[in-house]
Amino acid sequence: MTNRGIVEVERLSKRFGEVQAVDQIDFAVQEGEIFGFLGPNGAGKTTTIRMLVGLLRPDSGSAWVDGYEVEKDPVRAKKSVGVVPEASNLYGELSAAENLIYMGQLYGVPRQQWEPRAEELLKEFNLLDRKEGKFQGFSRGMKRRLTIAAALVHRPRVLFLDEPTTGLDVMSARGLRSVIRGLKAKGVTVFLTTHLVQEAEDLCDRVAIIVKGKIRIIDTPGGLKERVKETEVLEIRPRPVSPSLPKMFEGFPGVEKAALVEDKIRLYGESVHNSICPILNRLEANGIKVLSIQTLVPTLEDAFVKMTGVDAEVMRVDKPMKMGGMG
Amino acid sequence: MGEEFKKAYYIARKDLKAYYLKPPLISWGLMLPLVFILAFYLRNPQGIQEVSPGLVGMTMLFSTTSMSAIVISFEKRIDALERLLMAPIPLRIILLGKGLGAAAFGWVMGLISLILVIFVFGLKASHPFSLLVSSLLSCLAFAFLGILISVGVREVFEAMTLSNFFRFPMIFLCGVFFPLTSMPLILQIIGFGLPLTYSVDAFRQSLLPGEGLLNRWLDILILAGFCLLLFEWAGLVFKKRNQE
Repeated sequence: MTNRGIVEVERLSKRFGEVQAVDQIDFAVQEGEIFGFLGPNGAGKTTTIRMLVGLLRPDSGSAWVDGYEVEKDPVRAKKSVGVVPEASNLYGELSAAENLIYMGQLYGVPRQQWEPRAEELLKEFNLLDRKEGKFQGFSRGMKRRLTIAAALVHRPRVLFLDEPTTGLDVMSARGLRSVIRGLKAKGVTVFLTTHLVQEAEDLCDRVAIIVKGKIRIIDTPGGLKERVKETEVLEIRPRPVSPSLPKMFEGFPGVEKAALVEDKIRLYGESVHNSICPILNRLEANGIKVLSIQTLVPTLEDAFVKMTGVDAEVMRVDKPMKMGGMG
Repeated sequence: MGEEFKKAYYIARKDLKAYYLKPPLISWGLMLPLVFILAFYLRNPQGIQEVSPGLVGMTMLFSTTSMSAIVISFEKRIDALERLLMAPIPLRIILLGKGLGAAAFGWVMGLISLILVIFVFGLKASHPFSLLVSSLLSCLAFAFLGILISVGVREVFEAMTLSNFFRFPMIFLCGVFFPLTSMPLILQIIGFGLPLTYSVDAFRQSLLPGEGLLNRWLDILILAGFCLLLFEWAGLVFKKRNQE
């Protein structure tokens, strides 16, 4: 390996039947950074993580974690890694403490450290008062916190988090983001996937944008925004709102891209303000009223939309949550 | 390597702690064999000794494979099996741990039925050592068979249904109720290809001296072969399914 980063990927590919889930991707994650994999559902984020943690064998390409090639030395590579999957998948019948101790046993933590380490993590994740409570009785936020704690029992050098805040309420998600920042402060390298642009912007030192299995670009959130700083964003609040509104501006002079964001339409272009009158005329001709109009400083979301062509609305759709339980 | 075997033990211990009271295990692994024993006893109290070795084998088969179905398909369904696959543990050790947990549960259930037939129905364990070895190997072979069956399905009820597809014919083809030699040749050939045949034969020789088809140590050797074969087979299927 070329020792470029603590996680390194070269021309990694994976196909499922007709679908090319991951297509010849390359990237390196530097030690101590929070690296985000940003893309819509189905972009190949989870497949990439599954290959990096040894759950899936790539069709081609290689991945190294902490200097060990995942395919050739999976057991050694896994020792350096903690994984928090999208579903909080600890054992419902075991208590919080039992789950953490079990993880310590599986990851080869010395016996005398099982209980102190479990206690330490429960305290850190604010779960000490539920130490004896069974995992199946926890709220979604508590389950998520314990799942992250379980991934840290063996003090991994790299933590993989797959869609860490999916399905959480606003407060739990905010708390979890602060936990992730805390991990970085302790020197843990974090690799996270998210379909939430705001989350990537808030948390990540660098972001790789992945769409349809291909990495489009890797940069810092600031760098990504810099790339679209020449782009103007015109935000119009129309009435009525219809999903077909962006189509109205396909090929419209001065508009490079149109997207619906919540109840507003955003038009992107290097000098879109020059086209305000024709834009308003087009809307009026189609019976659409304009309630407000403003220009915006491009955000990471705007950069994402402009660079990938994926609508911001598509990015906001959560994957359906898996349901646990006894059959 | 000692560390790896310890992990197999931790996996087995966790499974036993987490799942031994699950409803499918109670109904298929414990109630069904007990109902069979009771039904046979009520129908023909004098003939119960003759079928007792088979009933012990059947108890082990049902309880072990039911536990395998739970530990594999239930954990697949809630994605907990992935926890193990993400841990730094070789796949063989994971399968060994899963198999040991299921085998331990089945062996204890088998032991309960054995105690029942010895103390209630008056059988005598004439060869306790071969009985011990053959019962342990039987449970391990059944556990790996259960894992092999459960790997391809996601729901516990599917695993149970699929298991029954193999378990019920085995009751009739492996000498549990009728001697294997009294069956048509084709059924005898099938019966000799199934592990329960050798379990029942070894139990019969240990509990009813003078009866049996093969030398009991040959039964034990064949059961050991089944353990290895089913362990490797389950590993191959597991690896393949995991990539799909």
